[in-house]
Amino acid sequence: MGAIYIDPVIKRATVDNDECVECYACFNGMSQEHLNPTLVRMMRRLFQMMRLRFDPEPDVCPTAAFEPEELAWPRVVRRAFSDPRVPHESTGVEGRGTEEVKTNDVSGRVQRGEAGLTIEFGRPGVGVRFHEIQRMTRALAQAGVAFEKKNPVTTLMSDVAGGEIRQDILNEKVLSAIVEIKVPIARIEEIIALVHEIERQIDTVVSIGVGARCDENGEEHDVFAVLERMGYKLERAKTNVGLGRVTNVTQAATNAPPPAA
Amino acid sequence: MTNTLHRYGNAESFRDDYIVFAIPGRGRNDQGCVPKLKRFLAMAVPFKPVNLGDSRHGGALRPSQHMNPSAHWRRNLAPDFQAVIDGVDAATTVAAVFDNREAAEDFLKAVKEADLGLSINVSTSIEGAKQCCCEATQPRHSVGYSLGFEGKTEKLPSTQVLTIATMCGHGMISASFAKKMIDWVKEGRRTPEQAAMYMAHFCSCGAYNPSRAKRLLEEARHNTK
Repeated sequence: MGAIYIDPVIKRATVDNDECVECYACFNGMSQEHLNPTLVRMMRRLFQMMRLRFDPEPDVCPTAAFEPEELAWPRVVRRAFSDPRVPHESTGVEGRGTEEVKTNDVSGRVQRGEAGLTIEFGRPGVGVRFHEIQRMTRALAQAGVAFEKKNPVTTLMSDVAGGEIRQDILNEKVLSAIVEIKVPIARIEEIIALVHEIERQIDTVVSIGVGARCDENGEEHDVFAVLERMGYKLERAKTNVGLGRVTNVTQAATNAPPPAA
Repeated sequence: MTNTLHRYGNAESFRDDYIVFAIPGRGRNDQGCVPKLKRFLAMAVPFKPVNLGDSRHGGALRPSQHMNPSAHWRRNLAPDFQAVIDGVDAATTVAAVFDNREAAEDFLKAVKEADLGLSINVSTSIEGAKQCCCEATQPRHSVGYSLGFEGKTEKLPSTQVLTIATMCGHGMISASFAKKMIDWVKEGRRTPEQAAMYMAHFCSCGAYNPSRAKRLLEEARHNTK
């Protein structure tokens, strides 16, 4: 994000609060030494004066300078979408809060003939504001696409049918956020073309993932063929091996496992 | 764990990148899943993973909140797998990362035999995952393809940086830090192994692959493009 910089006037490391997405990488990722800040600054100035380069460990904060702040609404949304250690309240899932086809063997969310699309904004490392996401959700809603209910972005919509996101968070910046939709395979091309059109109007990067159900032999040709026809060179995927089963007592008693489709 | 899907690189570059992860589905198989998640991680250890992790507490290389200055010269950069296993205390995603297909295949076979009932996923090249499933005689259930990065891609760093930084799909390894580590390795200020380990401390889920990072840094040393 480039949110931390040395302020040229006060000559101290400063956080640009508008750019900071509250990912807590600085606080959680750095090791800390708890040294006296005055002493550390003095040593640094001394080395600088003598044109000597100190070569410390790059992932250590000598003074433990970072302090997490108490976040209030709407800023707390930044952390929910940027700090992967905080589970999304809406889904109980850490990271970006989505299960997608990772649990498709127990959820049956994406069936044959369907494609589960994840449209992720701001990844990798660019970030996104919710008003940019709203451009996409409005366009997708107009195209008659249904948003996944168990998705953190959907839970922040004031009007799901219209793809409208709550007004009070539109200017909040997050590291990344995923919009999840499901469409029939026949609509993949049309929807991805729509995504491309909106991508040109927003100031960030987009990563698309497409989930599909395999046949009984573990093969998946339908979605793969559509994506190849669109010019995508598919290199990487995450593959649900299919070893999951419903084991929760209440769930198992009331719901049969998802149909094998 | 979409965080493992959009790693940058072609299929060949994932030859040393196999992530096998277990995830309980909320309301479906999350009751009493903690012992199963611990077992999944413990089962991975004999297959020599390069990282283990859980999404709440991080990977096998974690930052320390109480270091002293001597750490700059004498620092333990060895992964602590047992800490990851012991640390699992709630329903979460756990991952084991391997740097060769044989280990991932053998681990998948063991997981199948253990019949944990959790959803198990393999994240790597499409063909690599297919081969793992084939070896384990387990037909794939579902697949999630990565279509890569689009939109304002001019905002992205160089491909060299991208290949390393995207190994933390949560974005905890900043592009600037990855660039700095590449430069330090090129300048001979740190070894590829050390630089790879520094970055591992920022990964919050343990899906980062220090072995692949080491290889990429080694390659970067000789690649001026």
